[in-house]
Amino acid sequence: MSIVELKDVNFVYGQGTPYEINALKNINLTVEHGSITGLIGHTGSGKSTLVQLLNGLLKPSSGQVLIDGTDIWAEPKKIRDIRFKVGLVMQYPEYQLFDETVRDDIAFGPKNMGLDEEEIKKRVIEAAEFSGLDSALLDKSPFDLSGGQKRRAALAGVMAMNPKLLVLDEPAAGLDPRGRREILGRIRTYGRESGTSVMIVSHSMEDMAKYCDRILVMCGGQLMMEGTCAEVFSRYNELIEVGLDVPQITKIAAALKKHGVDIGDDVYTVNFALARVAEFMGLSLDQIEGRLHHGS
Amino acid sequence: MALDISIGQYFEGSSVIHKADPRVKLISVILYITVIFLAKNMFSFALLILSAIALIIISRIPIKIITKGMKPLILILVFTAILNIFWLQGDTLVFEFGIIHIYLEGIMTAIFMIIRITILLIGTSVILTYTTTPIALTDGLEQLLEPLKKTKLPVHEFSMMMTIALRFIPTLIEETDKIMNAQKARGADIGSGGIMQRAKALIPILIPLFISAFRRADELSTAMECRCYRGGEGRTRMSKLKLRAGDVVFAGTFIVLGALIIIINIYAPGFNLAY
Repeated sequence: MSIVELKDVNFVYGQGTPYEINALKNINLTVEHGSITGLIGHTGSGKSTLVQLLNGLLKPSSGQVLIDGTDIWAEPKKIRDIRFKVGLVMQYPEYQLFDETVRDDIAFGPKNMGLDEEEIKKRVIEAAEFSGLDSALLDKSPFDLSGGQKRRAALAGVMAMNPKLLVLDEPAAGLDPRGRREILGRIRTYGRESGTSVMIVSHSMEDMAKYCDRILVMCGGQLMMEGTCAEVFSRYNELIEVGLDVPQITKIAAALKKHGVDIGDDVYTVNFALARVAEFMGLSLDQIEGRLHHGS
Repeated sequence: MALDISIGQYFEGSSVIHKADPRVKLISVILYITVIFLAKNMFSFALLILSAIALIIISRIPIKIITKGMKPLILILVFTAILNIFWLQGDTLVFEFGIIHIYLEGIMTAIFMIIRITILLIGTSVILTYTTTPIALTDGLEQLLEPLKKTKLPVHEFSMMMTIALRFIPTLIEETDKIMNAQKARGADIGSGGIMQRAKALIPILIPLFISAFRRADELSTAMECRCYRGGEGRTRMSKLKLRAGDVVFAGTFIVLGALIIIINIYAPGFNLAY
């Protein structure tokens, strides 16, 4: 059974008013347990709407949203339980911090779940560790933290609910390159170690290629592509056509192909490209790397 | 979005009312409100209804938008009607049951009050809020109050504050929406439980909201200073308001309407409102 399944989902904003917008059109998709999925699409493609459907913040105009095999709107009164199952980290989550200490803020979710003190304590410490938040910061006011630390505290607040699916809307937006690497790396490790399925919304193709197993591409409210990184990025031309990008290295591979050096269309990380180049030149990977370092 | 605020919202258009000078519109609204309270009998109320219909037609605002804006008023209307019907005493008894006495005067007053409140709302929204951008409105207000500057009243500062406040209403609503969603995603239970519980549930929303409002205010003041804003003294305007003949006619109409209603009140027979 898959963790997420959408069946013919449509979503219309402002139904019945002159400002009606059909944000999602006939979306069908599945996300497997334990996978890390990337969701790409440009602004207004319906990503954020899709994400809010997953934890029941929005209700589909038609169609079904199945989480772990059950329709989340089968019992509308129990929608809160779905929110604990599907942890959503919104864009710029640091703006949701409110409590006196970081510890209390992280505990907000677990407290709402009705867990006992011991369990909450344990979860706060675990979540802080996963998100890379120094335990010395736990007793500070969240408003005294730096931007990156606030982001981690907010992330920990959702991780502490131990969701089965963790959905993150642009978790690295506005962070510097090191902050990006750190937070995305932490999220990936968290997913792998806790067995939580993860879905990341992002604009950055490099990040997607590096941290995700599968990629969903949204365009104009529709699901345009779905597959592994290699499958999606090999459809290079289509992605460029709708105004999306592909990783730099994929572009280089495409340019090489034009000049007669075909290392394949499914190249999306530098290491993978190196291996292919080595293969093409009939050398071992070590030899190639040796040449790179000696500048010959 | 989550909060619906069609009341007090600008509705794009190019009608005569849209184009009128905001100062004239402000004065006209005051005149119209006075006129509405002048009406005392059936015929003058009939004239008022006609004038309201005329305003709607001239403004070319869809009737759907106007009825939508009226929705929050329904409770007040019902309450007013009930109060008047059951409590007002008169000469002509219509219905009697136990301690309940209903008089013709009560029913008539109830109807008049409903008409009065409805027209009050239609009038102010059609002449002002639907047809005037908030910026034009505060601009007009500032220039109307210009004479008060001589009394050292910071008119420009007041109107700048008003402009900024109006400008940020939609932004803050959007922000509230986002924060509410973020806290709901963490299992916050909003809008259930007793009063204390509900008040407590607001803390996770209000604190981030205030913080972001302060942050925005700070950023805005920096941005304004970067563009050399230094208050109203010596400040010129990009678009100077100019009074045209049409504007005078527009305001004049309301004076004529008032005169007509006073005449009708005196000379036409018909049911007279007690207050």
